[in-house]
Amino acid sequence: MDAAVQFVHDQLTAKKEHPKFKAGDNVTVNYKIVEGGKERIQSFRGDVLKCQGNGATATFTVRKISDGVGVERVFPFFSPNIDSILLNKVGKVRRAKLYYLRERSGKSARIREKRVK
Amino acid sequence: MKGIIGKKIGMTSVFGADGKQTACTIIEAGPCVVTQVKTAESDGYNALQLAFGDKKEKHSIKAEVNHFSKAGTAPKKFVKEFRDYSLDTKLGETITLEIFAEGDKVEVVGTTKGKGFQGVVKRHGFHGVGEQSHGQHDRQRAPGSIGGSSYPARVFKGMRMAGRMGGDRVKTKGLKIVKVFPEKNYILVSGSVPGHNGSIVLIQK
Repeated sequence: MDAAVQFVHDQLTAKKEHPKFKAGDNVTVNYKIVEGGKERIQSFRGDVLKCQGNGATATFTVRKISDGVGVERVFPFFSPNIDSILLNKVGKVRRAKLYYLRERSGKSARIREKRVK
Repeated sequence: MKGIIGKKIGMTSVFGADGKQTACTIIEAGPCVVTQVKTAESDGYNALQLAFGDKKEKHSIKAEVNHFSKAGTAPKKFVKEFRDYSLDTKLGETITLEIFAEGDKVEVVGTTKGKGFQGVVKRHGFHGVGEQSHGQHDRQRAPGSIGGSSYPARVFKGMRMAGRMGGDRVKTKGLKIVKVFPEKNYILVSGSVPGHNGSIVLIQK
């Protein structure tokens, strides 16, 4: 990345303590939602499909199966609406982008868990 | 009017207090040196000549060296004139991006990216034929008729056709200043501005 763009990114992105995760991991994203003037936290749990972009514009996609329907949600890493991210499971995958999960369902859509000491 | 010369650096995005993401362009704006003050008495109109970006003396012609030495500065790469400048400035003074504040509405002038020789669909927004069937073949992006036959027996001037596209001077209006970094001379403007990264832009208010 250009040094100047990097400088601006460093200024813009407030240092947030989120666990490090990558595609294949199972995470819970606690997201702030404003409803009728009130703020509440909604959690979205699923597998990380991909992490993309760099600096202040980076995002990650989480996929879950909700009532038999696949739901994907894109979160910006530095969104002030992300309250917290919990890392539930570390997955063992061979790809950085798990688009193949979209065509799969049931048993074949599982991700092997990596045992971390 | 207030203005400054800058260099487009790239794009990024900023989160607002409500959590909304705004696309922004980073511009390295100034510092600019006032190299000439034109007045109605001496030149017929009021204007300020600003210069931006250092240049080696060995790459400058003598006329440039002498012109810039009047303002007490080294030769500069880019020189632009701003009509009816609202700030009271003298020759040789430096103008920084502090003339702008966060939240100001500005307009940015730049030269758009060159697109080369383009057809009418991209260049003028024609819709092409619009159908693949009904006898259409090989002419999905064709311009269609360009006029009558025996009368007027010519093509009207200014008829929109294929040709060179891009490389035009374009002014983008109503952009908001999102953030200012005075220590690095960077300014963040909402939205996109014309031109490629590294191109020269004028920021005006």
